[in-house]
Amino acid sequence: MKINTFFYSIQQGFKNIARNSMFSLASMATMAACIFMFGIFYILVFNVNAMVQDAEESVAITVFFDEGLSEDEIKEIGKEIAKRTEVREMDFVSAEEAWESFKEVYFEGNEEYASGFSENPLANSANYAIYLKDVSKQTSLVTYLESIEGIRDVKQSQSVAETLTEFNKILSIVSGGIIAILLCVAVFLINNTITVGIAVRREEIAIMKLIGATDYLVRAPFIVEGIIIGLIGAAAPLVLLYVLYDKVVLYVAEKFAFVGSLLEFVSPHTLFQGLVPIGLLLGVGIGFLGSIWTIRKHLKV
Amino acid sequence: MIKLEHVSKSYSAGIPALNDVSLEIEDGEFVFIVGDSGSGKSTMIKLLLKELEPSAGTITINGKNLGRIRRRQIPKFRRNIGVVFQDFRLLKDRNVYENIAFAQKVIGEPTRNIKKKVPSFLSMVGLAAKYRSYPKELSGGEQQRVAIARALINEPSILLADEPTGNLDNNNAWEIMKLLEEVNNRGTTVIVVTHNMEIVKVMKKRVITVQKGVIVGDSKAGDTAYEN
Ligand SMILES: Nc1ncnc2c1ncn2[C@@H]1O[C@H](COP(=O)(O)OP(=O)(O)O)[C@@H](O)[C@H]1O
Ligand SMILES: [Mg+2]
Repeated sequence: MKINTFFYSIQQGFKNIARNSMFSLASMATMAACIFMFGIFYILVFNVNAMVQDAEESVAITVFFDEGLSEDEIKEIGKEIAKRTEVREMDFVSAEEAWESFKEVYFEGNEEYASGFSENPLANSANYAIYLKDVSKQTSLVTYLESIEGIRDVKQSQSVAETLTEFNKILSIVSGGIIAILLCVAVFLINNTITVGIAVRREEIAIMKLIGATDYLVRAPFIVEGIIIGLIGAAAPLVLLYVLYDKVVLYVAEKFAFVGSLLEFVSPHTLFQGLVPIGLLLGVGIGFLGSIWTIRKHLKV
Repeated sequence: MIKLEHVSKSYSAGIPALNDVSLEIEDGEFVFIVGDSGSGKSTMIKLLLKELEPSAGTITINGKNLGRIRRRQIPKFRRNIGVVFQDFRLLKDRNVYENIAFAQKVIGEPTRNIKKKVPSFLSMVGLAAKYRSYPKELSGGEQQRVAIARALINEPSILLADEPTGNLDNNNAWEIMKLLEEVNNRGTTVIVVTHNMEIVKVMKKRVITVQKGVIVGDSKAGDTAYEN
């Protein structure tokens, strides 16, 4: 391929778009809607996944002990538990500590009310928070813990991670479906746009062929057209998402500050590092394939 | 040299558009092809351009058997053949200069070469002053000149013209024919399909007469036999 023909193709590709601006804009808009939706779902899934990971890491089993057991006795049992291979980490929370943290949370700013309690109302709440190496080993550990003499209650808190994982699964399926439909619409519109472009330029194409233009030169402008539609259709929503993401994250973090640690958003840098190349590749790929498909159908050279 | 050997072409099951045609055209010849409408003249032109494949027979141009030319080599083959039509087939959204330059761009010629070359072809066809006009601003004769310049700028050894004067009045028709003769005088083989018997008679070139797909007459240049 000569360098002149290469630039000529690109120039003609842009001209195609300008000449066929209504259809081109419609294609770009659909592509943009597609990539925007894709971006939204990507961001959601990515964030929820990060939350699941966080939640998994903080999943703990809390073990409470029989009334009247001394702290020494409790720590004896703790040592036994620590020998288990499933255990990653254990925190002992004494009855006093439990009460202190309770007061902190529920009597914040009104500590004088708490002083009405002469005795520790959580006297029997000394407990161990046990963190696991692997969440899937939870059941076997719980069975073991329940069999130990002196343990009153074993509380599991896996539900958050499980719910989120389930939510992510549904989200992925639904978004996958919607994106697939949108992609079909985008391909359909690109196909239409290029079909119209070919029809408009039929005479020019016929002349090109008579003069001795290569198949490559006849086809390339339409492929360039498809790629440009895909590129712009992908770049625009990605920029928009980037701008929006920061704003939405700040807004949500402020409004829902009380849920605190659960709503840890992934940084835009980490997120868009993956999303931008995937989004652009998707747009350009669809534009490229859509135009190739159309040319195969309508441009027998 | 152009050589047709027992060439037939049928579009469908019906009567063939060309039936067992054999002829030879030497390099540098000027040939008229005449015949009634529907006799197969345009079909012959299309076969020479390898726009169509013959149903039977072989066509050889400059020693190359057209049946042996692979699809990918067709563009290169066509660059050696210029072609003009009755309806000019100019690009309406481009001016005279751009229409002519288009032929060079399509074959990947660098812009600086194109800029040097187009003006000389413009003046050859007498349109140097109108290089910025659009086709609709030109007369039929002028449009055909642009088409001829476009057909010649890649310097083909053969020029095919399918009824180039069909849409022109007598004066313009003569000017175009004179231009084609001039092109021929510079060494290009010129094949002209025409209905204009008056011009054919006066110019005294070789005349091939086609009737219902068969060659019924072939008079030599300078021959006055073709005057009935
Ligand atoms: N694409 C085509 N499909 C079917 N028949 C065609 C086609 N082109 C030409 N013909 C037929 O072939 C015959 C010769 O046509 P053509 O070569 O165009 O004649 P001419 O140029 O001498 O007027 C005519 O009968 C015409 O109807
Ligand atoms: Mg004809």
